[in-house]
Amino acid sequence: MTITAQGIRLIRLDDYGQLLGESEVAELRAIAAPLRGRTVEMVNSTAVGGGVAEILNRLVPVLEELGLAVRWDVITGGNDFFEITKAFHNALHGGDYKMPPESFDVFLAYNEQNRARLQLDAEFIVIHDPQPSALIEARREGSGHWIWRCHIDLSHPHPAVWSFLEPYVLRYDGALFSSPEFSRQLSIPQYLFYPCIDPLSEKNRDLEPEYVGSVLEHFAIDPKRPLLTQISRFDRLKDPLGVLRAYQIVKRYFDCQLVLAGGGAADDPEGGVVLEEVRQAAQGDPDVHILDLPPWSALEINALQQASTIIIQKSLREGFGLTVTEALWKKKPTVASAVGGIPTQVIHKHTGLLCHSVEGCAYQIRFLLSNPAIAERLGEQGHQHVREHFLITSNARRYLTLFLHLLDFRRI
Amino acid sequence: MKVAAQPFEFVTATYLTRIGNQKAQNLFELRQGLETCSDASIFYHTFQSLGRYHYLTQGFSSDFAQWVLAACNRPSLAEELAALDIRDYIAVADLRRDLDKIVGTYCSARPEDAQQASFEPFYFCEAIGVTAPLGLEAWNLEEFRRCIEMLSHASFHFHFISSRLRLQLRTNDFSLWLADNLGLESLAKQLNRIDIYTNTVETAKARIVALVDKELAA
Repeated sequence: MTITAQGIRLIRLDDYGQLLGESEVAELRAIAAPLRGRTVEMVNSTAVGGGVAEILNRLVPVLEELGLAVRWDVITGGNDFFEITKAFHNALHGGDYKMPPESFDVFLAYNEQNRARLQLDAEFIVIHDPQPSALIEARREGSGHWIWRCHIDLSHPHPAVWSFLEPYVLRYDGALFSSPEFSRQLSIPQYLFYPCIDPLSEKNRDLEPEYVGSVLEHFAIDPKRPLLTQISRFDRLKDPLGVLRAYQIVKRYFDCQLVLAGGGAADDPEGGVVLEEVRQAAQGDPDVHILDLPPWSALEINALQQASTIIIQKSLREGFGLTVTEALWKKKPTVASAVGGIPTQVIHKHTGLLCHSVEGCAYQIRFLLSNPAIAERLGEQGHQHVREHFLITSNARRYLTLFLHLLDFRRI
Repeated sequence: MKVAAQPFEFVTATYLTRIGNQKAQNLFELRQGLETCSDASIFYHTFQSLGRYHYLTQGFSSDFAQWVLAACNRPSLAEELAALDIRDYIAVADLRRDLDKIVGTYCSARPEDAQQASFEPFYFCEAIGVTAPLGLEAWNLEEFRRCIEMLSHASFHFHFISSRLRLQLRTNDFSLWLADNLGLESLAKQLNRIDIYTNTVETAKARIVALVDKELAA
């Protein structure tokens, strides 16, 4: 870790070596060697907030340290553009689309504006998500390799929105999806690129036990009794009421506590309603801790996860579910719904336990509380699973492999 | 200490997963996929799956076996598929033939079961690999031991497991070099007998190091 004159701690590639083993980092350097000096341009729609920006914030410096010349550009647009792209996002996830027909023209106009502003001349251009997808119009004969990274579930898109976007997508050299389930039948190659977490970030790094203890004390949580935790914004799709019901069943057998921690209630009217419903359903149980945390609570969330006996993710629908990745990385026995990208992470009876109902969730929690040795084994294997597939270093390796593959380099 | 005529040059392999447009939603469709998917797909779901889940020593000998168990709830068929030892194969075509035969026999004997929809689809994927030299080489047994300890999981998998297909021999890169360059045929055989199904990469590496130590002490 490098400390700047301003006291800012900068994470270096070698810091991952201390955590993952020197050989892993040495290998990344060996794979990157033929790509030294090659240019990469990443383009997305936001510099802060959201999973994509979080990944790029770490990925770009890692690739740069490996010798690639990486530029990260963020597209600009007015409120009208982002309202349309939010509607696109929901529609591509299978929701309704009720924007006026001219919304497609507005989308294209903003893409054209960005096309004029951005360089888009790198050897590898990676466009993230639908918002900048029409930048492909800038592609010229003999230009670099264009890749579309789709972070959303495209398995059941709204037909009108998809039929508008598909011709742009098909002009890329390839598309990257977070799971085979999220992909579509396309005439261009599709590759599997898991999302990832940074093991050295505030959300995931190891914490001093004293700090963890102070967070528990702050929230009046008893460190001596089992703690069940779900970290999620207050959203019906995360089923906080279902988690509460599962806890109430478990409570008949074990003297445990529940933490439901997340944000979103302040800036999302529905989040506020859900939060209130959960509070009412908890009926003042002093062992239920409902924590509406601000967005800058990464360390507190990390501490709550590290202090937990079991982590739950009882979503009704889910994207990839990076909160599950975080739990597994912390070696926590995890009980989660078999939806979205969760079964890729929680391999039933190997890296955690899957459930399909409130009763099933409660049963799996009881099973783990009764069998701590099995819980420990699942936690350890879950950690290994994340180490192998879902860390920022694995993500960097995948990009390097993709670039080498596109250059037709030393194929097996 | 004997010096090899040719050094062992360690490389690593790095893989990209290509998602195919083919999927199976019952056992008949699995069989159809087994017959028509690419060799890279058979490699991905067998040789590669063993490497991807090297830290698990139960289940996951192949993606096919795991899916048949978890998504189709057919444990006997899953066991048959899992029992195929990839070390017995030096060509993907032979492995494909045996996978197809097992699934085909099951489908013929239990057509109703084979038509039942799975809990989730099986997606046929492919492994696309590139290699990179690690700049590590061994000229004698001591250097070999030191390098083995430093190897990443991916490099170990490349030399010890997927090498069989490349060599088209029932051995691995390490054993071949030890026998051909250092004349250590007995050690080569002992390494080749290490069970990659019941060991993780770490325990397999530790076994190799222990065997080499024994040889060095002799």
